[in-house]
Amino acid sequence: MSDDDTDLPAGIARRDFSDGPALATRGDPVYGEPTSDGWRRWDPHRSKLGATIEKGLDTGLSADAAVLYLGAANGTTVSHVADVAGPTYAVEFAPRSARDLLGVCDTRPNLFPLLKDARKPETYAHVVEADLDVLVQDVATRGQARVALENARFLADDGRLVLAVKARSEDVTAAPDAVFDEALADLREGYDVLARARLEPYHDDHLAVVATPR
Amino acid sequence: MTEQTPADDAGWFAGVERDDTDAAAAAIREGRADAPADWPARALDAGFAANDDDYYDALHEATVAATRRAVREAESADDRQLVHAIRAMDDLASTTNELAERVAEWGGTLDDDPGTGVAYARDLAARDSETAAEERVVSLAEQVVSLADERDAEREFLERTVPTVAPNLASMAGPILAARLIELAGGLESLAKMPSGTVQVLGAEDALFAHLRGNAPSPKHGVIYTHEYVRGTHPDERGSAARALAGKLTIGARIDHYSCEYRPEIEAELDERIETIRARRDDGGAK
Repeated sequence: MSDDDTDLPAGIARRDFSDGPALATRGDPVYGEPTSDGWRRWDPHRSKLGATIEKGLDTGLSADAAVLYLGAANGTTVSHVADVAGPTYAVEFAPRSARDLLGVCDTRPNLFPLLKDARKPETYAHVVEADLDVLVQDVATRGQARVALENARFLADDGRLVLAVKARSEDVTAAPDAVFDEALADLREGYDVLARARLEPYHDDHLAVVATPR
Repeated sequence: MTEQTPADDAGWFAGVERDDTDAAAAAIREGRADAPADWPARALDAGFAANDDDYYDALHEATVAATRRAVREAESADDRQLVHAIRAMDDLASTTNELAERVAEWGGTLDDDPGTGVAYARDLAARDSETAAEERVVSLAEQVVSLADERDAEREFLERTVPTVAPNLASMAGPILAARLIELAGGLESLAKMPSGTVQVLGAEDALFAHLRGNAPSPKHGVIYTHEYVRGTHPDERGSAARALAGKLTIGARIDHYSCEYRPEIEAELDERIETIRARRDDGGAK
């Protein structure tokens, strides 16, 4: 292990998978990722949250954090989150993706799949508990800031929103910087932005934002 | 305690027995609340779970059961079956043709009078083989025949099923084109929500994006080109014909999705419109 593990949350480490140190978590492999000694690689090219951590942003993930993950898709990223954190609620809207997500849930008792629309939090507020530590949002829909604001009700006062804004989901023709500025302005209606970073070279035209409810 | 219809501020476990996964899954799927609460603590207070771990175990079981059921329902919806069937039909067709070519290639070296295509494979498959090589060719030909039969079975399934799922679309476009449009749109609901300009160029995405990048003319039609009303119209008028056809197909898809009731007048309007378009050419279109 290398020295810079200190800036990583507990449960995440840099491990060598025979091609240099890479982010890794413990747990059952999900999508054919490389493993060694019970650790499996967390590929920042496949995961915006992985890229956000790789970029050095403090996501607030910790061993007992309760997490709501919006846009869980096939469960690649959320599997890492559930292996690191405590109760993890995974919301996904597409049935086909949710089918794969169910397979990821089989071996993870702290992962709760929900086939729901992230734009309608009232359809899962009877399941997801209040005062969560982390809200991870990775939805590819227009109005990503709006979704984050709608879901702020789940976060504790000192909770963290970790958001990946995809410029091309908002407006394919506008310049990414203009899209990001607009999204950040919307976000400030309900959040204080703590940190942000572009996710290049892992993901083009994506902005990672860490924020806390205001 | 509570019998039914939990209040708006109740958690998913309200009125549900700890071991009744069916009821819990239904509550997860159908319930709602305006604001979240400390559900684990409330569940303990209500005597639903013995401790936090017990609560989360129950929650895991219930959410997995609810999601599994919702996924199965969504995926067995009829239009999803059409999408799988047409994709399978396309895969079978391309595999059949590729193997049929291989059989013809190989068969030609052993046969005095070789043919081509699936017909030749059928011919070969019925023969007796004498040498070891002939045995392989005949066996391969049998495989081609069985793939071709499967492809035809998928087509029959589509021709039988599409009219029940999308009667208006099927009557105007024919069952295969209707299924293809549903497949390209990603489901009947998505197709019903598309503007007709999008339906018009479904399947011509490469040409459309080349046009949007600014270095190509806009495509006039996508897969609806296979429709007689587009292909059978003179090239100068094909844009109009494609636009008219796409417009009526879009209306048909919307009726199919929202009411599923057959409305022959839409098709009559389309026939009339195409006749007008074709009449613009003195010769009545390219025949």
